[in-house]
Amino acid sequence: MHHVLVDQWSQGSSPLHARDPRAKLLVLVTFLVALATTAGNAFPTLAVDAALLAAGALIAGLPLGRLLLRAMAILPFSVTFGIISWLAGEHLRAIALVEKSYLSTVAVLLLVGTTPLPRLLSGLEALGTPRLLVLLAQFLYRYLFVISEQAQHLRLAAACREGSSGAHRHGKFRAAAGALAVLFARSYYRAEGIHQAMLARAFTGRFSPLNPLRFGPADGFFTAVIGAMLILARIQ
Amino acid sequence: MTPLIEVRDLRFQYEDGTQALDGINFTLHAGETVALFGANGSGKTTFVLQLNGILQGQGSVTVCGLPVTKDNLATVRSKIGMVFQDSDEQLFMPTVLEDVAFGPLNQGLTSQQAIEKAIAALKQARMEHAANKAPYHLSAGEKRKVALAGVLAMDPEILVLDEPTTFLDPPAQRNLVHLLSELPQAKLIVTHNTRFAGALAQRAVFFERGKLVADGTVQEIVQRFDWTYSALAPEDLRYLAQRRL
Amino acid sequence: MHIPDNFLSTPVWAALDAVSIPAVGLMVRRASRELEDTRIPLLGVMGAFVFAAQMINFPVGPGTSGHLVGGALLACTLGPAPAVLVMTTIIAIQAFVFQDGGVLALGANVFNMAVAGVVAGYWPFQVWGATRRRAAIFMGGFLSVMVSGSLALAELLISGVAMPRVLVFTSLGLFAVNALIEGAITISVVQALEKLNPGFVQKPESSNGRVLAVLGSSGVLLGVAGFLLASTAPDGIQRLGRNLGLTSKAAFATPLADYSVGYFQSGWLRKATAGLAGLLLIYGLCAAGARMIARRRSA
Repeated sequence: MHHVLVDQWSQGSSPLHARDPRAKLLVLVTFLVALATTAGNAFPTLAVDAALLAAGALIAGLPLGRLLLRAMAILPFSVTFGIISWLAGEHLRAIALVEKSYLSTVAVLLLVGTTPLPRLLSGLEALGTPRLLVLLAQFLYRYLFVISEQAQHLRLAAACREGSSGAHRHGKFRAAAGALAVLFARSYYRAEGIHQAMLARAFTGRFSPLNPLRFGPADGFFTAVIGAMLILARIQ
Repeated sequence: MTPLIEVRDLRFQYEDGTQALDGINFTLHAGETVALFGANGSGKTTFVLQLNGILQGQGSVTVCGLPVTKDNLATVRSKIGMVFQDSDEQLFMPTVLEDVAFGPLNQGLTSQQAIEKAIAALKQARMEHAANKAPYHLSAGEKRKVALAGVLAMDPEILVLDEPTTFLDPPAQRNLVHLLSELPQAKLIVTHNTRFAGALAQRAVFFERGKLVADGTVQEIVQRFDWTYSALAPEDLRYLAQRRL
Repeated sequence: MHIPDNFLSTPVWAALDAVSIPAVGLMVRRASRELEDTRIPLLGVMGAFVFAAQMINFPVGPGTSGHLVGGALLACTLGPAPAVLVMTTIIAIQAFVFQDGGVLALGANVFNMAVAGVVAGYWPFQVWGATRRRAAIFMGGFLSVMVSGSLALAELLISGVAMPRVLVFTSLGLFAVNALIEGAITISVVQALEKLNPGFVQKPESSNGRVLAVLGSSGVLLGVAGFLLASTAPDGIQRLGRNLGLTSKAAFATPLADYSVGYFQSGWLRKATAGLAGLLLIYGLCAAGARMIARRRSA
């Protein structure tokens, strides 16, 4: 699965990987806001933004080509809307849609490619995201692969039966609903099992955080310098 | 000397009315390793979940002299380290280290102390190299060892293992036997794997429809109930061999 | 429909961020007071289930298939407020981990799919769940997708994304088809679930149901408004956006570029006022709605 690749990238060690997740999130939001308010033909600004992304990827040691390739997942959507805008005579908007949404995607990829999700979540929590949502996301991500694998098995099992039975569409629809119900039930009972396992290890009703984040001088420097570059490039 | 676990006339009924446990009496002494045999659904897992109060029925359960009641749950759960059948359910934290530190943190240790405990436990389970990995990337055997480390980090006096060999290939099973045999804690092992049980336990008990029907040496119990590792008794093998001819 | 970044104009995404953050925050505050941490694994695992459910294809026509979106199903199995939180988490993970939907547009996507979509999807179940159960659950699935889609389309139009009439109608038609499929999937999964364990599906909460009904109907109303605006007057909605200073063209990108005489002398002032007023209005609605849900759940 493709996200496994990004997960591997995020395990690396580079100055960018080492930055506090809050610093990277702040810089990302600055980048996205600056980009969102940049005109589509402000090419010097866009060039600075793109150069910063490329520099980030190089410093982080991420394969630039594959990063750019992955970000292309956005293109079918943005190019469609770009063509529509172009045909409507809004050429500037058409260009802006495509180039800006692409750059935004690369920026988000650069963040998740240099920050393992648990750290990203701690960063989001430190920036004020409610703990309940953070924990929810943590459990969701932990069991995403486990349950996807089960879904995969159910799909395979369904495909194996399909050939012989020759069920018509209605039957197949009901079979799929049955498979989803089974997946739901398994997920539900798995959650019960997880809860039991938590209780067995003396869970008291509160999660205690293990790794406090440390926002050091280097993180402050990184945030200030990149943030300033982005803002300067934006207002030129 | 008080026994580690003392169960008297324990009964438990599920909400749907199934009588899962029907008058169980059981004692575990320090240093003992006991295997729990019995068919699926005979009450083995329900029984072990009573020991740390996750399920609670009628009768008395005492662990290290403490009755398993609401007030004592935290202490009791620190004394009993339970390794569940499905490691994916037990390893719910994003990284191995965080997962192993989960118990110590619940016991009120600081982050630093919890990390030290976790690393020591991972070393004991020979999994310290995986500290920063995500549980999803581990093999079944590695997951089991990390789950074991997660309970060892809480310094339990009793280990309860529910079907510990499920999903493990033979080398991983052997590896686990060696690991467990080095641990000084008393152990309760729920298993169908009689060889695994024989390698670790002296004593065994047999569950049948919610009742504990026999208590003896592993060998006795295996012979008495024809509870063999391969599921096929010699006469089955002879019969099958004849049919193939 | 996950809106990526840079599709919505700055006032639109900013306003929807400003709306969604406190709305979700309120849900969280109330939820964490009543559900202890013990329910977190369940909510997280059910989120993973919704993700994984997308792998199971439902055949709907020659060569085409649909899959579960999940808002209505979660609402009638976990309850509406937890469903909002689960859907919010899903959308956030999709934005960050899968780059599906923008980060600045997170507020918009959360509002469309997690807040309005779930509330609208629960509403028929709440009102008719006891009497016309099947129809209500089907309707819930239909509404959740239809409301989310219509809102997303309306937001794009307000942002000034040029779309010819034909395309708007095509999109709405596609949303309607998807919504019908979602309705059909939701009801068949619910029926299959009840066969496995009747306890999985909640009873529609009758206590203090009026509040949720109000909230749900406002969610539906909002979706219908979006639908009508988009379908009857796609040009009108764009003009509306332009007049309010919400289109990206008029907003920050090229400020004052095509400024025409409005009711205020200063274009900036006009835009700021309109933006602020709209923001406050939506914010007030959502905050009130969230508080009502919270109060209802605590009752």
